[in-house]
Amino acid sequence: MGFNIYDFTGMTHNMHVSFMEHMSPLMTTIVEWTIIGVCYLLFIALFGLFLVYAERKVCAMFQQRMGPMRVGYWGLLQTIADFIKLLMKELITPKGVDKFLYNLAPFIIMIATFMAMAVLPFAKGLQTLDFDIGVFYVTAVSSIGVIGILIAGWSSNNKYSLIGAMRSGAQILSYELSVSLSLVTMIILAGSMQLSVIVEGQRDAWFIFKGHVPALIAFVIFLIAGTAETNRGPFDLAEAESELTAGFHTEYSGIKFAFFFLAEYINMFIVAAMAVTVFLGGWMPLHFGSLESFNHVMDFIPPLVWFFLKVGGVIFLIMWFKWTFPRLRVDQILTLEWKYLLPINLVNILLMSLVVLTKFHL
Amino acid sequence: MSETKEIIISTDKIHTDQYLVNMGPQHPSTHGVLRLLVSLEGEVVHHIQPHVGYIHSGIEKMCEAISYPQIIHLTDRMDYLSAHMNNEAVALCVENALQVEVPDRVKYIRTIMDELSRLASHQLWWCVMGMDLGALTTFFYGLRDREHILDIFEETCGARMTVNYNLPGGLMFDIHPNFQKRVKDFLKEFKTKLPEYDELLTGNVIFRQRVDNIGHLTLEDAIAWGVTGPSGRGSGFSCDVRKHQPYSAYPMVQFEEKLDTKGDSFVRYRLRIEEMWESIHIIEQLIDNIPEGDYAVKMKGVIKLPEGEFYQRVESARGEFGVYIVSDGKKNPYRVKFRSPGFSNLFALNKMAAGHKIADLVAIMSTLDLVIPDIDR
Amino acid sequence: MNGLFEYIKTVFKGVGTLLTGMKITGSYFFRPWKHVTQQYPENRETLKMFDRFRGEVIMPHNENNEHLCTGCGICELNCPNGSIEIISMSVLTEDGKKKRAIDKHIYHLGMCTFCNLCVKACPTGAIIMGQEFEHAVWDRTKLTKVLNLPGSKIAQGVKE
Repeated sequence: MGFNIYDFTGMTHNMHVSFMEHMSPLMTTIVEWTIIGVCYLLFIALFGLFLVYAERKVCAMFQQRMGPMRVGYWGLLQTIADFIKLLMKELITPKGVDKFLYNLAPFIIMIATFMAMAVLPFAKGLQTLDFDIGVFYVTAVSSIGVIGILIAGWSSNNKYSLIGAMRSGAQILSYELSVSLSLVTMIILAGSMQLSVIVEGQRDAWFIFKGHVPALIAFVIFLIAGTAETNRGPFDLAEAESELTAGFHTEYSGIKFAFFFLAEYINMFIVAAMAVTVFLGGWMPLHFGSLESFNHVMDFIPPLVWFFLKVGGVIFLIMWFKWTFPRLRVDQILTLEWKYLLPINLVNILLMSLVVLTKFHL
Repeated sequence: MSETKEIIISTDKIHTDQYLVNMGPQHPSTHGVLRLLVSLEGEVVHHIQPHVGYIHSGIEKMCEAISYPQIIHLTDRMDYLSAHMNNEAVALCVENALQVEVPDRVKYIRTIMDELSRLASHQLWWCVMGMDLGALTTFFYGLRDREHILDIFEETCGARMTVNYNLPGGLMFDIHPNFQKRVKDFLKEFKTKLPEYDELLTGNVIFRQRVDNIGHLTLEDAIAWGVTGPSGRGSGFSCDVRKHQPYSAYPMVQFEEKLDTKGDSFVRYRLRIEEMWESIHIIEQLIDNIPEGDYAVKMKGVIKLPEGEFYQRVESARGEFGVYIVSDGKKNPYRVKFRSPGFSNLFALNKMAAGHKIADLVAIMSTLDLVIPDIDR
Repeated sequence: MNGLFEYIKTVFKGVGTLLTGMKITGSYFFRPWKHVTQQYPENRETLKMFDRFRGEVIMPHNENNEHLCTGCGICELNCPNGSIEIISMSVLTEDGKKKRAIDKHIYHLGMCTFCNLCVKACPTGAIIMGQEFEHAVWDRTKLTKVLNLPGSKIAQGVKE
């Protein structure tokens, strides 16, 4: 099959060819879709569970605790045990809920998550869809999730849920702007919206180094806005457990709650992966212009490792925010967006355009 | 649900565009079983009606059936975070009624214990305040430091929260031989930890936005609603019993009554942090100078108060705590009434939080430092 | 223009305060050996309560199965919530006199608030506070204990 840890293009191509030899084109498509779907399902389930475990351990370390220690070695199986517990719990449908929408909401959120996953390049050749408008697609798809949140809050027949959903609506609509604009800043630098081209453009230097100060500012803004988009602290207004008990998913139980929970963590992964792809060179190794031997050593590390290392780093940063800062109030969250992030972002785009025009970048 | 409807009918202020939310009795930020009936207009709080009594345990009534030393152990369970102060209030009340003068050693130890429990209480308040605002890490840092004080209590008094260390006429035991060393070690360590509290929360721009200019309480309102303690002093109400009616060793130490006139959430927050520094200062003055002597005066086996009414107030961590005993000369009191600071402070909540958002309501509530058993008794 | 400077200043100041907070939490993150968690059932051997810790009321017996309790009932009187019941009996002393002695010192652990008043009041020091704190049982009847061991008697020379 031509397995190569540094380049998956050959492997996927060979697989496609061998399928085509034995099956009709329609069958090939169906089989390939199934394989890809199973891969994503497995990845989301396992990586989501791992992220929950990692979050619990990381926050424990920030708080001078040890975190889960009982199930498995150092609590490694804790989240699996929790997941089994959630699977076995009763699915409660409270009185007076809009049954259809109430049951639909978790799926909408999961679908949005799956769709955004589809374009992420994990390594060379390991990308399901390579649109020429990849960045645009991610920003468009990730905002479907808010519909799920709004539906969940509205259909739950609970005032806390409704407040949470409305907050989340206002918040995500505004922060969408910052996410897109900070990505636009980088698109100016990259000259393309296709994710594979963006990654390929960072072969000699990552965009965050290439773009000087404007890229750094855009990165910070993207992190803040991205955190806000995933409804994580300090922007977890929609949940706000000290104010709204659990916000939009107060009334959900069992596996439906697990969907919300998993989606939050996978969304965090998507934001981190986007940040890595656009700012930190995707799966590209760290290269410094003239240090040949250093670059060679870096090349030796497989792209998948690079990708997940960087994603892990960004996720750690997001967790660090969450476990340090207090939560913002709903009007302050909008103030932050419209009075600070948006103007800074617009000026930043101008700066980046100047940098690109004057060919000041590396 | 029928109860909610009644309120709509009885209150003319509630319009059709507002809605009622029951915050509590089970709610993460009410710190227990407090129920707030909040009428909201979107996110904005219009009116708050606190409903108390969900954890009412009838302590005042129980006190009528038991003797005076036994009353003290019940006061542990009211405001469990300032158990020493509550104990001391009853002990002082009985001593004053019998005109017993306790040795200086007792006064010193009582004052040190008071300030230690004030520190512990404020530490817990600080971590819960952070938690209410969404910064969960503060919770663990506060509890980490509080653990040392509870260890001190456990070593000397035998219990961590329900200490029951005071008796009419003195103390249950003498201090443990390790007591002074432990307290000094703790103070030394805590002095390095307290600035961390400031760096983590006080200076934080998000935190400041959440508390600055939120929940104003005017001096008139503070006095009218009887808001005492750091919450009242934030509005400029000079109500520190330690200053105005000194008891135990407070006349012998130098300390400041921290006052501010702004009356917003941040001032209430800052005063508590400053009170922690003051408490450290007070303990430092006393800890090396504990005089030798008895740790209790010999009292009669059965304590009977003379006929009459007796009142003693102390400054607990939340405000003015008062004990009012009516005695008919028997070994049990005829009537006992506790003036609990939390009860009065809670009902000023409507004055402070009306017009602010739900998130602010939570923040204001935590600046009042409510302990629900203290409210319900 | 002044407003712009103010604006930039607030941005930098705000970011500065946020970074200070992150410095604190980060400094603890990278010092994991300073964690304060005690793993309770594992540390049973090293976990020692303070000697004054009030876990339960116990009545120490010496090697001859003798205790110091005279059955006077002062502890029962001092108990605020009726956790102690004294059942006394009369025994004949060597010189033929009738004397009160303890038959059963019943202690309801489930009702006890560990206030120490009984121990404080005991004239002979017969009961003390034990350090045992693992009181969970499956059946609440097990919380009612008889403190004096079966067949025990009062030690010589204890006066009421």
